[in-house]
Amino acid sequence: MKIPSALRGLVPVLVAIVVLAMLQLVLGDAPFFVYLASIVGVNVILAVSLNIVNGMTGQFSIGHAGFMAVGAYTAGKLSLLIKDVAISGLPGVVSDQVQFVGSLLAGGVAAALCGFLVGLPSLRLRGDYLAIVTLGFGEIIRVVVQNLDVFGRALGLSGIPQTSSLFAVWFCVFLVVLVARRLVGSTHGRSLWAIREDEVAAEAMGVNTTGYKVRAFVISSFFAGVAGGLFAHFVPIINPGSFTFVKSIEVVVMVVAGGLGSTTGAIVAAVFLTLLPEALRSLFLQLGGLDTGASLAQKVDQIRMPIYGMLLVLLMLVRPQGLFGNREIWDVLPRWFPRMWKGIT
Amino acid sequence: MSDFAQHLINGVAAGTIYALVALGYTMVYGVLKLINFAHGDVMMVGTFLGYGVAQELGVERQSTLWGVLLIFLAAMAGCAILGFVIERFAYRPLRDKPRLTALITAIGISFTLSYGFQLDFGPLPGAAPRAFPEVIAPREWLIVGDRSVVIWNWQVISLAIAIALMLALQGLVYRTRFGRAMRAVSFDHRTAALMGIPVDRIIALTFMLGSALAAGAGILYAIKDTAIQPLMGLYVGLKAFVAAVIGGIGNVPGAVVGGLLLGLVEEFVVGYSSSSWRDAVAFGFLILVLLVRPGGLFGRVAAEKV
Repeated sequence: MKIPSALRGLVPVLVAIVVLAMLQLVLGDAPFFVYLASIVGVNVILAVSLNIVNGMTGQFSIGHAGFMAVGAYTAGKLSLLIKDVAISGLPGVVSDQVQFVGSLLAGGVAAALCGFLVGLPSLRLRGDYLAIVTLGFGEIIRVVVQNLDVFGRALGLSGIPQTSSLFAVWFCVFLVVLVARRLVGSTHGRSLWAIREDEVAAEAMGVNTTGYKVRAFVISSFFAGVAGGLFAHFVPIINPGSFTFVKSIEVVVMVVAGGLGSTTGAIVAAVFLTLLPEALRSLFLQLGGLDTGASLAQKVDQIRMPIYGMLLVLLMLVRPQGLFGNREIWDVLPRWFPRMWKGIT
Repeated sequence: MSDFAQHLINGVAAGTIYALVALGYTMVYGVLKLINFAHGDVMMVGTFLGYGVAQELGVERQSTLWGVLLIFLAAMAGCAILGFVIERFAYRPLRDKPRLTALITAIGISFTLSYGFQLDFGPLPGAAPRAFPEVIAPREWLIVGDRSVVIWNWQVISLAIAIALMLALQGLVYRTRFGRAMRAVSFDHRTAALMGIPVDRIIALTFMLGSALAAGAGILYAIKDTAIQPLMGLYVGLKAFVAAVIGGIGNVPGAVVGGLLLGLVEEFVVGYSSSSWRDAVAFGFLILVLLVRPGGLFGRVAAEKV
């Protein structure tokens, strides 16, 4: 059967919708699983979107949590404001979902706007200065949120309608991966790659470096905002403590561990680094009995950050290109297990 | 008016600490072109070393002059060794790799130190804040009018130390053989090596010097702000970095001017609004300075050679 080329682009979207809807039907009622899968999904979105700036463009942003905060607070506040409004002519559930999607978009756009405002001046700066400016921006966002009554100051926002679902989160994951992958092969992606490899040479070849960098930054911030919006709709409360510098570094660790420039690497690293502490925690809880188990499980949280730190240092010393380098999983696996691959094909 | 004067004094006092930490930052950046993100955490380790020594000596409040000296020297020596280890095992293997690699490593070390110190097994201190002994008894050095303006002795001591160190470092960089070697390494470390300069040794010594400075600054900070805890290095370090960039990173007097300026700006904004804005001010100021003068106040923007 021949599919018209205009529709061929839609095929993966349709497949994703069907698969995710089935997942939602089968697993959507297990609360802990949905929560865990949502957290993993949000982290995957953050890692894949940060990879567009840090990996593909070779810039170094360490303020991703700031954009996530902008998205989370915009979307959360909007949802709170229109909580009691129902769109007439639609059943309640549908109306909720429409509002949810609207809030997500608003969060994403607000974050993208911030990305534009930060990126336009600061992307003229070189690598390490940019890193500090993005960090500073993330901190400014946090302080501003902490000082505004509208956003509940240090207490944060609570009572945001919990309209997120497994389907919503993972559909956004699908979208960000789709955008990232399509970007790589496009003219845009090639320009970004050129900037990453050698900014001066890229400029000499006529690449508008600042323009492309700002665009990459805006796309990346948009998805960080969406991730924040999703986050705000499945956790009971959002407060400035969730969006600190530490969160930004967590995402950076995921991107670096997966390999700067590798989308699948970012996904694998995000899933692994989110699930590992959870797995250790429940393992200790089950094995260690009530008392020692609980204290060991607490230790997992304490020891997570120093381990992230050492992981960064070790990675840079031993394998600076990360798990997959700037390749994707399907480029790398055949080389790691050549015999197995031959057996399959 | 007295309000203004008191803010001025507090600002200078806060800025002095930033300036002291920024000196170490700027030295390391000058030679290696590396933002040593872990600098603030080395400072934190230094204060904890000083705290440990003070405990061993049984210092509760005021100490003898020898006690104070011992605390400073022990902390500075310990941090010099720590700085040497960090440089040898984390930064040196990466010297010829892209600069971002070293920056990521520095962030990793910063997190390992600050969060590692929050664990509570073995000799690690745990997350609870500790009260640093007041080794220099706080005394009012100058009181104006009916106590509307007060200058404390530690404020004067810190400022004097900062300026003395600045002059000493400036002399070291521009008047000694070691300083000339540092400048040569900073300019081009491959050519410097060809000219017979022991590049590895110069960089290691610079790192040890910077780390020792951080430890000294940390103890002065702890005397002023007596509660110490493992995460204190993160923010002080970041702000000191901001100060160094504002002054023009790599420039010794610039670090002191940047530190004082940052302290004053923070104090005045906070003094006339609310203290919860403090952390935003530093970064806002940094972004503003970088937009107007990307090289900092005293820095030069070097054209990139291809």
